[in-house]
Amino acid sequence: MLEPVRITPPLTGEAVSGLRAGMRVLISGKLLTARDAAHKKMVALLEKGEELPVSLTDQIIYYVGPSPAPPGRVIGACGPTTSGRMDVYTPALLAQGLRGMIGKGFRSPEVLQALQAHHAVYFGAVGGAGALLSKCVQSARVVAYPELGPEAVYELTVSDFPAVVINDIYGGDLYRDGRRQYAVHK
Amino acid sequence: MRTLDCQIVTEVTSRLCREANFVLEPDVISALGKARDDEISTTGKDILEKLHENAAIAARDRIPICQDTGIAVVFVEVGQELRLTGGSLEEAITAGVRDGYARGFLRKSVVGDPLVRKNTGDNTPPVIHWRLVPGDRLKISVLPKGAGSENMSALKMLKPAEGLEGAKQFILDTVSAAGPNPCPPLVVGVGIGGTMEKAALLAKEALLRPVGAKNPDPELAALEDALVASINQLGIGPMGLGGRVTALAVHVLVFPTHIASLPVAVNLNCHAVRHKTAVL
Ligand code: SF4
Repeated sequence: MLEPVRITPPLTGEAVSGLRAGMRVLISGKLLTARDAAHKKMVALLEKGEELPVSLTDQIIYYVGPSPAPPGRVIGACGPTTSGRMDVYTPALLAQGLRGMIGKGFRSPEVLQALQAHHAVYFGAVGGAGALLSKCVQSARVVAYPELGPEAVYELTVSDFPAVVINDIYGGDLYRDGRRQYAVHK
Repeated sequence: MRTLDCQIVTEVTSRLCREANFVLEPDVISALGKARDDEISTTGKDILEKLHENAAIAARDRIPICQDTGIAVVFVEVGQELRLTGGSLEEAITAGVRDGYARGFLRKSVVGDPLVRKNTGDNTPPVIHWRLVPGDRLKISVLPKGAGSENMSALKMLKPAEGLEGAKQFILDTVSAAGPNPCPPLVVGVGIGGTMEKAALLAKEALLRPVGAKNPDPELAALEDALVASINQLGIGPMGLGGRVTALAVHVLVFPTHIASLPVAVNLNCHAVRHKTAVL
């Protein structure tokens, strides 16, 4: 197995062009978090022609709704949530310069097209490994929509956060190709 | 007549909610270990290794195995010779869920009205399934159920003529369409027969069985083995990245049904099979 590629956001278009579906990455630096409610709010602002509360240019959004941080900890369990729920909002955010997303599960054909059009990637993190992934988070602070509680937009500082490139800018798709490789055809 | 104070039920339910979310049972750990040995994809093996590390960290540091600590599904068997004192049993269980989710720093993932969608703030109400049984004991099983796998579950009313082959195909199609979304490797709960709601309940109940323990009926046990084998030929693999271990186990339960019916329910559970039982 190839060594993981190290990534430090902001992620430029050039960095993205070197990523191919199936590559393992270790991300260190800042990630933004957002789930359904924050996406809905951000897209509503864009539709009104207003500015977003945080710049998405060259950023990575992590789809996560952590469990509450117990006393003395930065964050609770924080694995990825199902990305498909964000699909309807995603092309609008990619048009704002969003460069990457981390989640789990299928994306819609519209999102896959938008990834290619805007030169962005979709990473998968290990679902159900929330305790392990919490160890990669060094700090967490709310940067928008505090009223949304656990669904607020946080900025996480992470170190060696493990993920895999699922969809790249060339149309590569690990969910499709990985499955083809291991399927047993009768 | 034996009596039991509802306060004890609350305390035990609270503890079960926390333990289920922090500690994977030995049956799940050993199924994941076998999966790691069987998986031929290196990426898949790597993921299964991470799931072991995750389980160890969760148990040691008392952090949830997964941040989706679920809606609490509670199966309760009440011995008909037991007398409960100190209030309503349903309220006692609900209070236990509230306390367990607060004290354990578990995520509150329940919205009140499903269309208005406002969080209830304390992860109540739980979904409780009751059964009256002989004896004077109370058995409580807590199954925190995440949405990722619940949302990919399905039910179909087949025509009796579709028979066993139709049922198998529907189960395979459900797992195939779910792909990476329910966090494979999965435990697949299957309920066949009864009525619509009975099949769904059987599928959920099947998830309570220790992972990999077979149905005592040899024919159904053979069906479970056959289903595991065909699901694992789909190639989905751990987290859907490709591999040979897509299902850790398939658990089938059946019930008599109407001459004109063949309900089949498939309840998917992610690898984070969280269940804890106590007998009082
Ligand atoms: S499907 Fe299971 S493991 Fe995956 S995020 Fe949901 S609860 Fe966690």
